[in-house]
Amino acid sequence: MPAGATHRPVRARLGGAAGADRRTERALGALAALTLVLIAAMIVTVLIKAWPSFQANGLSWFGAGGNVDTQLRAMDEGVALPGHSALYLRAWPLIWGTIITTVPAVLIALAVSTLAAIFITEFAPAPVRGVLEPVVRLLAGVPSVVYGLVAILALAPWIEDHLISEARKRSVSYVVQLSGANLMLAIVILSIMITPIMIALIAGALASVPPSWKEGSAALGVNRWRTIVRVCLRTARPAIVAATVLATARALGEAIMLSMVSGSRGFAANPLDGFTFLFEPVRPLAATIVQESAGLTIGPMSHTLYAMAAVLLVSAAMLSFAGWAAKQPLKRYGIRA
Amino acid sequence: MNAHGGAEGLTPVPPRQSMRRPPRQSIASWPLLDRAGYLLCWATGIALCLIAVGIVLYMLIKGISYLRPSLLLESPAPSLQQSKAGGFLDPIEGTFLLTAVAIAIAAPIGVALATWLSEYGQSSRLARAVESAVEIIAGTPSVVLAIFGLLVFSQSFLGFLSQNAADGAVTGQSFLTAGAIMALLALPLIVGAAREGLAQIPDRTREASHALGKTRATTIRHVLLPSIRPNIAEGVVLGMGRVIGDTAIVIILLGGTLKTEPENGTPILGLLRGTGSTLTNYVYYNSPAGEGNAHEKAYAAAFVLLMIVLALNFAVTRISGAGNRVDRTGGGWWRIAGAQGLILRLRPAREPGS
Repeated sequence: MPAGATHRPVRARLGGAAGADRRTERALGALAALTLVLIAAMIVTVLIKAWPSFQANGLSWFGAGGNVDTQLRAMDEGVALPGHSALYLRAWPLIWGTIITTVPAVLIALAVSTLAAIFITEFAPAPVRGVLEPVVRLLAGVPSVVYGLVAILALAPWIEDHLISEARKRSVSYVVQLSGANLMLAIVILSIMITPIMIALIAGALASVPPSWKEGSAALGVNRWRTIVRVCLRTARPAIVAATVLATARALGEAIMLSMVSGSRGFAANPLDGFTFLFEPVRPLAATIVQESAGLTIGPMSHTLYAMAAVLLVSAAMLSFAGWAAKQPLKRYGIRA
Repeated sequence: MNAHGGAEGLTPVPPRQSMRRPPRQSIASWPLLDRAGYLLCWATGIALCLIAVGIVLYMLIKGISYLRPSLLLESPAPSLQQSKAGGFLDPIEGTFLLTAVAIAIAAPIGVALATWLSEYGQSSRLARAVESAVEIIAGTPSVVLAIFGLLVFSQSFLGFLSQNAADGAVTGQSFLTAGAIMALLALPLIVGAAREGLAQIPDRTREASHALGKTRATTIRHVLLPSIRPNIAEGVVLGMGRVIGDTAIVIILLGGTLKTEPENGTPILGLLRGTGSTLTNYVYYNSPAGEGNAHEKAYAAAFVLLMIVLALNFAVTRISGAGNRVDRTGGGWWRIAGAQGLILRLRPAREPGS
């Protein structure tokens, strides 16, 4: 709790000053309540605007069926696909695209950031540690559009020239065209983007493990690595969970970078294609919203895009809650959560 | 343990050697798996540095080789020929204007919210709800905020805030509307930083002020707020970083017109009601994903953007003084996490020395 939590000011005098005091409190409280109303309004309006799309498609909104890009183009042009309503959409390729970019990126980032955080807090010599903090700060601050630019202009051509063979291209040419902008690049860049945030959280938690716990473990003859794994990481576990959850939320919402490097096709990349799977294009939900944003004024299209936003909003809120729940055990270790 | 423990320690003098500390455990004595873990840690640490150095060097080389003074001084022009397409003066101005609008909205609201949460609301139910609301804003993807803003600001009664189309339809796109939504991005950072500052002020400061007969409001205005000025500055700079780096809100709410296009009318209000672009939008437009597709200009603009971000980074370091403070609780790390607006209240309760 904040330091002011326990004390009550003296209300000795009534009159002008106390009245002004109460007015300030009311005004600030009203502002706080207004923020709350704004957030509630945001969630409600997005859901209301999204409702027609869910209503027209039912639960199959989340299912697979047909080419999602064709369906979106039909909405954009205002001509309903034959035999379907104007709002017809099967968003599975986009949802699948979100899942297969987010989950691997978070798993990679989890492994890398845990190791890096251990390195920074335990093994790195002081000068190296002094360098790494600004490095992490910098990586966390680079705008996503810069990551996207470097990826698409520097890495994508290299991937296309060196990693994708002609035979591989031909093997799937009847379904999809392979290029340098693909699932693999999206996962790599996304994990680079979310790693610094996770490092910061995990390193913060590792650094606040009481030194006496580590000393106790060392005194029992446990070597440093085992001490770190058994004592420090275990203590920091809630922070690691919280970091994972928050990084997932970040990855889910990343739109610009992914719309640049993911190949931008509403294609459900197929893991059964083996290695080719990694080179297939995808397009997550958030990237779709940005790319189709010109259609936000068109009725059916806007309902569809708000429906995608609603899915993202609900997922982000659920993750927020999961993160809150994960933080609770940290309170025991004197970390204000 | 018995009372003679001390005496026993004295009588049988053990051989000197066994009293010596054992030699520092060397890595070589660890089991193979532990050694592998140790090496992996070093490898990731070095890889991290290499990636950061790689990105910065790459942008530096590309930026310096493509950046011309004329690019900074010319307005963009719609042309297929790159030599005639102008520079990115307007996006630079747009970046600063949009940031100024966003901070002008977010800073007072953020400080007021933080003050209320720390000094008045404390642990009431409303305060906890507001805290969660601020965390929800921090966790909401910016593209969702953007299209929510478009929905709100294209209502006809809010038409005075934005540029209107020729047929009188409200577009909801302007520096004001984009700035208002950008303010939501900066808000959690400012609230977090200001609350951290308020939490660090000891109770005796407040008590001293109350003892002198000052009300809570006066105490806040004349004692607390002046002393958390560095925290507020830190929050504002972090917020600026978020606003400058965001692209989705610009594309959706600022109209994405390359040139700044003021609405007819009074000069300043017309500019604020007009549309425009920022550096992030310009980079996106000139990347292969956008329509402009002029790589050299994208690199040059991204370089300028990166320099601004670096300058802000430096400012944060200077303000928070993270560089010259020994921090045993990993305060610097929480600060980086807080800088992402990701986590507001997950910090050690007290720094050990205080």
